[in-house]
Amino acid sequence: MRAELTDAQLVARCREGDHEAWNELVERFSRYVYAISVQAFKLPEYDAEDVFQEVFARAYEHLHKLRDDDAIRPWLAQLTRRLCIDRLRAGAHEQPEEALDAPEIDDTIGRLDEALTVHDALAILPDNCRDILDRFFARDESYRAIGEALELPSGTIASRISRCLAKLRLELAGRNPEAAAS
Amino acid sequence: MSFGSQMPTCDEQHLGELLNALPPAPDAWVRAAKEIPQMQERLDGIVERAEEDDAFRRKVVADPAAALEAADVAAHADTVEILRRKLDK
Repeated sequence: MRAELTDAQLVARCREGDHEAWNELVERFSRYVYAISVQAFKLPEYDAEDVFQEVFARAYEHLHKLRDDDAIRPWLAQLTRRLCIDRLRAGAHEQPEEALDAPEIDDTIGRLDEALTVHDALAILPDNCRDILDRFFARDESYRAIGEALELPSGTIASRISRCLAKLRLELAGRNPEAAAS
Repeated sequence: MSFGSQMPTCDEQHLGELLNALPPAPDAWVRAAKEIPQMQERLDGIVERAEEDDAFRRKVVADPAAALEAADVAAHADTVEILRRKLDK
């Protein structure tokens, strides 16, 4: 519904107390925050849940301190990183300090940042493409489950996925002509 | 929506891998995060009452979790911490 809003516009509306904008902000970044805590920092689910809620609670509380509304993504990434590190330091199992600053963490967050850009581009695709790609890749649903959910013959799922991936590729290529040419 | 500096290369297999890297967060977590504005309003209500009523304030300071439950707010550790911070301001 609000996918057409830029991050900065969304932040501005949240700051004005628009609850619907806040819902969209949570939707837009929930996967990213979740993935940073469980993939980059490998937090167990119960710790990841606390970090997740605290990230959004602090974001809501301190949104007015954000100097550049367009910087919401790196701001949330940094906040998530800090809270994950705090959680690991406070945990029963002591972490060597160097493990909390390992290059693999930066690599994973970099990959997740790239993944969020691709995920954002999904929002511009038609509903049927968005749904099928999300179900197959992000939700790991089988052809059969997708076919049942979307009322499609399972024999057509693979070709639809391929067509939708090609659309997504074009969408991203339009924003990055150099990569398209490579 | 921003398409930041981390613009992916346009190989379809790579795109599939990147889509796979962001599974949805559990629904209950997302729902709870969406309710943060309403929760903050309830916390502000507790703080306002505590500012006007010393006995209530002492009760909240002694047992913030109970005060949260009474205001229909789940007393997660981070919520208790937020309430404490607001009371200290």
